[in-house]
Amino acid sequence: MTETTTSATPRTAGSGEPILKLRAINKSFGPVHVLQDVDFEAHAGEVTALVGDNGAGKSTLVKCIGGTYSIDGGDYLFEGAPVKVHDPRDAASLGIEIVYQDLALCENLDIVGNMFLGRERVSGWRTLDENTMERMAGETLSGLSVRTVKSLRQQVSSLSGGQRQTVAIAKSVLWNSKVVILDEPTAALGVAQTAQVLDLVRRLADRGLAVILISHNMRDVLEVADRIVALYLGKTAAQVQRADVTQTQIVELITAGHSGNIGLLPTANGNGNGNGNAAQVAEVLGIADGIADEPAAVADAAADAEAAAGTEETDGTDGVQGAAE
Amino acid sequence: MSTQPATENKPGPVQDAAPPARTATTLLGYGRERVERARGGEMGSLPAVAGLIVLVVFFWIVQPGFLSLYNIANLVTQAAPIIILAMGLVFVLLLGEIDLSAGTASGVCAALMAVMIVRHNMAWYFAVLLAVITGAVLGFVIGWLRAKARIPSFVVTLAAFLSFQGIVLMQVGKAGSISLPDQAAKPIITLEGYNNNLMPLWLGWVMLAVVAGGYALVKLRIAVSRRSAGLESEPTLVTVAKTAAMVILGAIFVYILGENRAIQQNAFFNNLKIEGIPWVVLLLIVLTVGLTFLLSRTRYGRHVYAVGGNDEASRRAGIRVDRIRISVFVLCSLLAAVAGVVQASQLESVASNFGAGNTLLLAVGAAVIGGTSLFGGRGRIMDAVWGGLVVAVIQNGMGDLIKGANSQAWQWIVTGLVLLLAAGFDAASRRVGGADSR
Repeated sequence: MTETTTSATPRTAGSGEPILKLRAINKSFGPVHVLQDVDFEAHAGEVTALVGDNGAGKSTLVKCIGGTYSIDGGDYLFEGAPVKVHDPRDAASLGIEIVYQDLALCENLDIVGNMFLGRERVSGWRTLDENTMERMAGETLSGLSVRTVKSLRQQVSSLSGGQRQTVAIAKSVLWNSKVVILDEPTAALGVAQTAQVLDLVRRLADRGLAVILISHNMRDVLEVADRIVALYLGKTAAQVQRADVTQTQIVELITAGHSGNIGLLPTANGNGNGNGNAAQVAEVLGIADGIADEPAAVADAAADAEAAAGTEETDGTDGVQGAAE
Repeated sequence: MSTQPATENKPGPVQDAAPPARTATTLLGYGRERVERARGGEMGSLPAVAGLIVLVVFFWIVQPGFLSLYNIANLVTQAAPIIILAMGLVFVLLLGEIDLSAGTASGVCAALMAVMIVRHNMAWYFAVLLAVITGAVLGFVIGWLRAKARIPSFVVTLAAFLSFQGIVLMQVGKAGSISLPDQAAKPIITLEGYNNNLMPLWLGWVMLAVVAGGYALVKLRIAVSRRSAGLESEPTLVTVAKTAAMVILGAIFVYILGENRAIQQNAFFNNLKIEGIPWVVLLLIVLTVGLTFLLSRTRYGRHVYAVGGNDEASRRAGIRVDRIRISVFVLCSLLAAVAGVVQASQLESVASNFGAGNTLLLAVGAAVIGGTSLFGGRGRIMDAVWGGLVVAVIQNGMGDLIKGANSQAWQWIVTGLVLLLAAGFDAASRRVGGADSR
């Protein structure tokens, strides 16, 4: 099967309107205000890394995007137009696919069976159209330059972790999706397989998809992301271009919510000295000053972050790699 | 993951250099893939077929009468109800569930049929239809209790097993048994060869021609369409070999059952002829082809496998998991009703312990011996056929092998041990396949 160039739209990195834009999203579970005026953007042709500490609201945000949770307030704009997403099917019909961490594959089915699970093609006599499905699956995989699987008729149980991740990702792009959300795709993988999957993530974006990557692994984020959105205690700490920040700054955004003049501006209650560790201590002690912030402050902070992103040009990641881990 | 070739751990670019050919399969490649699959725990019916050959040879050596013409025909009629019951259980086992009530459900349906024919003068076809519908309803109730009320299938069907046994007892009444009348129930009891009513010889050959020809035609169609779509297909030689094996074995079967197998040859019986295939074989073929089609070629079948493999993934993929779960219990009890009709045909009566005892054990054993997994997700209809034959051979061979007071006891013990062996094999192959390492 030769290389196909299925819908290889030219890359429009960072330019123009975001394909997915969330404005001042709020979500509460009872008294717990999990997402507070969260802003989020994802652009076609870009990998947007969504980072944040445990409990920062990453999963909640993703589930709001995917329609598992419906948002309490705020704007959900898809391709510039406001949309209502109350159900996973709403998201799927917009072209948003989520690859969950557990992959949701049936080990006893082959690759083709898994990629078409629940959306099988049938021909006359309502029989499965295996040929068409196998051809489409093959085209999708080779379109993503995936050549690590021997046969499309291999059972998933015989695949390695990286190959399974590949199948799950390929499944999500089979349906002309426009936004693919990957939840910790490399969490369970070894070094070589992580490299393969990150390679694939890059290719997805190069094909013109908006890829949202959730990861705890700073190395993955630095390697593959074009933009980084950091959440801190349910708020958007910063949305920055990857090239504009250092690893140290990202770590500070994750742990403290701000770094220098990027991020949520510290309030005047004692730990606003730009020291990430102090903020973390405060968090552990349950002070969690960020929650007391005014929404206006968040907006300001976001604006500052944009401004900062434009001015600061630092790139010393290789020097400090591993410092975060 | 130890079975993974080392090359797969290299990063992407290295592999990009050598893309595997995807269009043509060589015989060697096919063989290699099958071996790899077997090593990955996908043995299919291979152990059952091997076991069948070993058992037949063993019983034949120990007692040459085992392979007498008469006994071979006997084996077929003995295996038929076990095979049909096991076919239903394959569906339930594919979901990782169990139906302990299938045996006694067949009893309820068979008893209902007998009562309707004998006491209410119902036409035999209405009685059979009623039995099958009753089976479906019983299955629906069981499936609903499992899928919607969320009671474990083990408990639901154990409860059903007990109460169904009571229902049979009540239906049959004090007599202890209801004989199926020769006239009113003739087509039913003819199924298993009552009074030597068998298929005409020519029909046996026609049946073989249709089955083998149909098999070859389907394989050919698939191969042609796959090749024209540029996909790899089974090597022609393998298809030819499979078809040839089917024709040869089928021809031997039809020929042997076409010989006169009447044992008594004296002044009174010297012109008695018992020859031909029991009609139940036709029913077995129709069920095998139909249910295999349902499982492997339709959306429904694919969803059954999917739910058995990962029900959460299936739910997220939009499959109505509860409906699939209920449907397999419906199919299982429906096929149990059919098995009950066949069993009643063999016994020509319905006794108060019909479908109780080891009926279910034998059927579950048949499915598992054939290669259906108790853990769900793996199994085919042919498993029931091969496994059912193995069980019938053990029963039949053991019955004559050990004479005396403990004959029955040994039969139970050996059947139990074979079931345990098959389940152990299943668990081991699952471990090899790596499914346990989750």
